[in-house]
Amino acid sequence: MATYDLTVNGRAVKVTGESDTPLLWAVREQLGLTGTKYGCGAGLCGACTVHVDGVAVRSCQTSAASAAGKKVTTIEGLGANGLHALQKAWIAEETAQCGYCQSGQIMKAAELLARTPKPNREQIVEHMDGNLCRCGSYPRIVRAIERASREG
Amino acid sequence: MAHVTIDTNVSRRGFIAGSAGLSFAFAFGLDASTKSSAQAAANTINAYVRIAADGTVTIVSPALEMGQGVNTSLPLIIAEELDADWSKVKVVSAPVADVYNHPILRTQMVVASLTLRGYWMPARIAGAQARQVLIDAAAARWNVGAGELTTEPGVVVHKASNRRLSYGEIAASAKAPEKLPEIKPDQLKPVASFRLIGKDVQRIDIVEKSTGAAQYAIDATAPGMVYGTLARAPVRASGPVSFNEDELKKMPGISGVFKFDHGVGIAGDSIVNVFNARRALKAQWRESPGSKTNSDAAQRVAQEKLRGKDVKGVMPPNSKPEGAMEGLAKAAKIVTGEYATDYVYHAQMEPHNCLAWVKPDGVEIWTGTQWATMARDQAAKVAGVEPGKVTLHQMQMGGGYGRRAFVEYVVDAVMLSKAAGKPVKMIQSREDDLANARMRPMTAQKIDAGLDADGNIIAWRHLIASDTVVPYLYGDGRWQAQKGFDHIVMAGADVGFYNIPAAVSEHIYEERGARTAAWRGIGAGHNNFAIEAMIDELAQQAGKNPVEYRIALLKDPRAKRVIERVAQMAEFGRKREGTALGIAFGKLGLPPIGFSMTGTVAEISLDRATGVIKCHNLWCAADVGLPVQPKNLVAQIEGSLIFALGSALKERVTLTNGAVDQHNFNDYQILKLSETPQIHVEVIRSGDIPLPVGELSIAGTIPAVANAFHALTGRRLRNAPFTPDRVKGSLA
Ligand code: FES
Ligand code: FES
Repeated sequence: MATYDLTVNGRAVKVTGESDTPLLWAVREQLGLTGTKYGCGAGLCGACTVHVDGVAVRSCQTSAASAAGKKVTTIEGLGANGLHALQKAWIAEETAQCGYCQSGQIMKAAELLARTPKPNREQIVEHMDGNLCRCGSYPRIVRAIERASREG
Repeated sequence: MAHVTIDTNVSRRGFIAGSAGLSFAFAFGLDASTKSSAQAAANTINAYVRIAADGTVTIVSPALEMGQGVNTSLPLIIAEELDADWSKVKVVSAPVADVYNHPILRTQMVVASLTLRGYWMPARIAGAQARQVLIDAAAARWNVGAGELTTEPGVVVHKASNRRLSYGEIAASAKAPEKLPEIKPDQLKPVASFRLIGKDVQRIDIVEKSTGAAQYAIDATAPGMVYGTLARAPVRASGPVSFNEDELKKMPGISGVFKFDHGVGIAGDSIVNVFNARRALKAQWRESPGSKTNSDAAQRVAQEKLRGKDVKGVMPPNSKPEGAMEGLAKAAKIVTGEYATDYVYHAQMEPHNCLAWVKPDGVEIWTGTQWATMARDQAAKVAGVEPGKVTLHQMQMGGGYGRRAFVEYVVDAVMLSKAAGKPVKMIQSREDDLANARMRPMTAQKIDAGLDADGNIIAWRHLIASDTVVPYLYGDGRWQAQKGFDHIVMAGADVGFYNIPAAVSEHIYEERGARTAAWRGIGAGHNNFAIEAMIDELAQQAGKNPVEYRIALLKDPRAKRVIERVAQMAEFGRKREGTALGIAFGKLGLPPIGFSMTGTVAEISLDRATGVIKCHNLWCAADVGLPVQPKNLVAQIEGSLIFALGSALKERVTLTNGAVDQHNFNDYQILKLSETPQIHVEVIRSGDIPLPVGELSIAGTIPAVANAFHALTGRRLRNAPFTPDRVKGSLA
């Protein structure tokens, strides 16, 4: 059992666990940041997507230890001042149905817009593919990303 | 609290084992700022509507939210009749109590896309009654006749004297009357004056679901809580004989290991440690009726059975098979089609979980369930307390699709908490969630269509060899009451919208000991595949275009219209390069409550080398009666089309020795974004009552794809999902 120093959503925090404790459970169960979701635990769904130093990672496949000293951003920290453009677009398009996958979708999309502010449709599909949504909100995910890119 | 019996114009005859009218209890409490009336309000239990002095209108929603937006659309109906200012409405979830029972299902349950349809009249009457109470109170205050008063959103108005009182002002001093005013249907708002229904308000859960703030059961906590999981036996009705208990107990962070009749429970200080111990579990499981089931072999047995001469199945109540049998006997020609569908898994994104806390004087549970009444009662039973001692916190559901009508994960959590003596958050790993899949049954189907000398269909017999669902889901009592008719398996098997003079459908039980459930769209998902593929074959044999053939054969004008409309939307007649179109009719509902309908067209292409079908476009014209929240309704239709397309192309559970062969999303794949076609939905309004929507567009998708494949290749796909190997097989 060890303690790791992380910066999560701009805050210095400590989490404990074995060296392989996934970041997913550290942020959810130790830090109470429950917007990040468990869907498969195997890197197959994207519900657990967070940013580590600006890169979207699957937190179920990322150890808390490996994030030590790095900047972790979860859905709760995405909009530094109020809502992120993507969140506004997600609301405007009413993208969420059950909503369970959507934190991961938004975090994945945020990485795309940070790199490619004006993605075309293929770029959106390619980037977002593999973030699963069982409710079938995919058409609105694409529309929300297009809207956020337009309305910034 | 008043108890009002009303006629909701919903006949239950022929639906659930009969009983007379519907009773619906409605209570109306007025929250005021003074302490005494606040106490009075607290005494007014089971209210649907409460109005505070600051004008806040609290609407208690009896619906359970799993993504369909019912916690917005149902309160919206109450608010419409109440003439509430929607910006002042606050929605809270109803506790579990009879007063909130679904008026048709008579229990607190969200299934069959029946929420709005079922609560429609009671909700309107509740809202209208609340409005009348406010009007009466204002009339008394102003000493004028109630008939002189009208309302504007949130305000009672006396036009003659130009006086106005807000709902909050009235609530601050008014008392709820002893006897609530009676509301007759003709006192309800004319549909043409609706200003909320049909106009799209923002879903109440949309912001929290876009910020990560929405709370699901997996997010709940309780003081002193530990984590747990319960490894259920891989096969239904099985359980552990022995397992490596000592080894598990010594694993880091594990505080309890429990042998239950149906599985092995593990509790520990973190979910990581609990899952580690779960992975280390080695158990011998006892034999059970399903332990020898191999799905492929079982399917072959069922298919063979359907080809037998004397095969006979269980028919829906009031079936008249004689006409169909006679018609087939005298038919000039019989066309036979065989179809099959595999087991499919719900794959809701939130694995099953529940936080349970068994205390000396009761139980508290946090969970997401489609059947709150059953969750409460089962929790009570396991904990050995009265149902009234159970507090159920209904959380957002990370998907349901029928799976959460089962509450076994609540039972597991309560068992764990009882055994551990602490609050336990029980989470199933995705692997366990899939291992415990309660699936849409596997079906083998055969349709015989008898034609007369002119090629008209004179008789139709549809055989469905499948597992049962009803006894597993609802128990033996209901199964007896339904006389062995499995309405979940047989849904959608009727062809009453087609001009087919004599038709019968029969369920041949295949008891394989498999875990089964209602799956979004229930029976229509598999039965309508067979029906609409068969109609396509018949059109082809008649040398007719599949659109025109359907329009000619459909009797109902609404049904004709969805086909006409979707064919126009898709430009069905236009030749495409490398792709082809297929069409299907679909429906959802029951005779007493009415049917919603779809026309669906799929455009596909095929990579012949790999056998992979790509769906480029799906068009859907949906007749939904009255659209309450049109934008959200389109989202439901899009979602169901995508959901069904997964089951058309990819989704498949197989069983070996009764156990699910698949493990996670690597080998049970659902549709991805890159596989999602362009989707075009048109909503048709056809009446003043909201008809079922949540799973409406499941029914047409598989056959539309299969029919498109035939148009493209001249071959029929008969076994869904249309996996690459099956596609290649059909081309060989
Ligand atoms: S939970 Fe991490 S990818 Fe599914
Ligand atoms: S909104 Fe339900 S899984 Fe995506």
